[in-house]
Amino acid sequence: MARMKFLCDSDRCIECNACVTACKNEHEVPWGINRRRVVTINDGRPGERSISMACMHCTDAPCAAVCPVSCFYTTADAIVLHDKDLCIGCGYCFYACPFGAPQYPRVGNFGGRGKMDKCTYCAGGPQQDNTIVEYTQYGANRIAEGKLPLCAEMCSTKALLAGDGEMIATIYRERVQQRGYGAGAWGWHTAYRETVAI
Amino acid sequence: MTRFAPILVAALLLSAPAFGQSQPGAPPAGAPEIQAPVPEVGAGRGGQPGGQVPDSTIVGDTPTGTQPSPAAEAVTDPQPRQPSFVPPTPAPFSDRGQLSAEEMELQAALRGERIGGRITIPDRQAATLIQPEGRDWRDFHNRTLTWVGGVAVLGMLAILVLFFLVKGRMTVAAGPAGRTIQRFNLFERVAHWMTASSFIVLALSGLNLTFGRFLLLPIIGPEAFTAVSLWGKIAHNYLAFPFTLGIVLMFLVWVRDNIPDRLDLAWFKAGGGFIGKGHPDAKRFNAGQKLVFWITVLGGTVVAISGYVLIFPFAVTDMSGQQLAHTVHGLLSVLMIAVMLGHIYIGSLGMKGAFDAMGSGQVDLNWAKEHHSLWVEEELEKARTTVAGPAGARPLGAD
Repeated sequence: MARMKFLCDSDRCIECNACVTACKNEHEVPWGINRRRVVTINDGRPGERSISMACMHCTDAPCAAVCPVSCFYTTADAIVLHDKDLCIGCGYCFYACPFGAPQYPRVGNFGGRGKMDKCTYCAGGPQQDNTIVEYTQYGANRIAEGKLPLCAEMCSTKALLAGDGEMIATIYRERVQQRGYGAGAWGWHTAYRETVAI
Repeated sequence: MTRFAPILVAALLLSAPAFGQSQPGAPPAGAPEIQAPVPEVGAGRGGQPGGQVPDSTIVGDTPTGTQPSPAAEAVTDPQPRQPSFVPPTPAPFSDRGQLSAEEMELQAALRGERIGGRITIPDRQAATLIQPEGRDWRDFHNRTLTWVGGVAVLGMLAILVLFFLVKGRMTVAAGPAGRTIQRFNLFERVAHWMTASSFIVLALSGLNLTFGRFLLLPIIGPEAFTAVSLWGKIAHNYLAFPFTLGIVLMFLVWVRDNIPDRLDLAWFKAGGGFIGKGHPDAKRFNAGQKLVFWITVLGGTVVAISGYVLIFPFAVTDMSGQQLAHTVHGLLSVLMIAVMLGHIYIGSLGMKGAFDAMGSGQVDLNWAKEHHSLWVEEELEKARTTVAGPAGARPLGAD
């Protein structure tokens, strides 16, 4: 089985935010929720770069570790998913997540959080694959259709790579060797305890 | 084509500094031909202040530095195109002298900082790219809080069981007097029980969030456990308000009887009425009760404030503030639960006659004399003056 990962090549990302839009559209994500976002660091200064970030589907995922109701599970492809029927919206995963991936619809009283929503790697959830129920709760299940996440598939500069960790690391490594530089794989050290060695 | 040549040159010039700094003259083998002029332009700009773009032969001749023509090598000195300005060796695996992703993540993790920047969506939190400190919070939640909470609560329970087995239930030495004296009025009891009942639900739903998945989840299954936890969360949110109100009320009605004084030292020296023998003098509240009072008021206040920070996430603070609020809330709460277990034990099983104080509000006179001798004297004195009336007053119709 593959070990699915995301890799954002920040030397290619042009901050077009198409991945964000594609994600919202593909999964009919409600208002106020962004499963993917583009952060620009050093904005307007030397070394400015943009990085598209969503759930990194960590090895030993912190969200799963702190969840009080143990609603997370990892698929055979190492995609970290959660069961919204079990989630109570406590917000702990947001405190633990290094990447700010968990999102909460604002419902009810106080800062009341609804059930957590996050990037599913376009792999849906625990419901039956490609059913209305699954789509309503988790969005499209492209993985079940044999497709990769839409954000990476439609990235115009191919900055965002999705797929088996080994394969996308190889692609990135070749790029870096070709052009002679590369900032590295954002979040990989934190998420997978490894980096793309060139 | 010729019309666009100036634009192309301009574009090359513009892009030159970026490439020039990262490419001090040795792009790796296999770089496409098209890249070749670029480092050269950069080098030219860096090395020859007044210089124009070098002539095309040189640009074309030393494209990558890997295959220099022997002729050119022979004519010029060993490093003909080396710019006088040599940029500092960039960190490995990066360009433009910037830190690599891994390096930034390592540094952020070590310094407890977050990597972030600008974001176009209207959500401040989303501008944080990576926050390695989530790992510390996870460690606190999964390890520290579990251990501290487990040891505090189970330890206190063990102590209480042991205490009960050794000392048994404390009784009133002189036996019940049969007459009672009012210890707490209705208002005081309402304030107490409002706080106490919300505290019990808050404590159970809070403990459930930390320990439930180890203790309760395997027994009742995921669906039932989620239902319990969800209602627990809702109850926890709402009962925060009566709890806070109760803390304020209890503080107002009891603070003047809970100012520490010299008697308290003597009380502690004598080991209180519980551990030591006999009963040291005490006013309305003995030193142990004062301790419980201040733990409740001060601890409760901090727990309430940190709780409100958590209930309205990110309203007043950022990620590290939220994590800190949770740390304070969790640690203080489990410690208070341990203290309150002791309080509950003494007030119910541990001591005969103690529960009446908060139950009916009327305690047995002998119990009161043993535990709060000075207070009873005060109360009796007050009662006598009330009955006798002010000095010089005579009963109605006496003359």
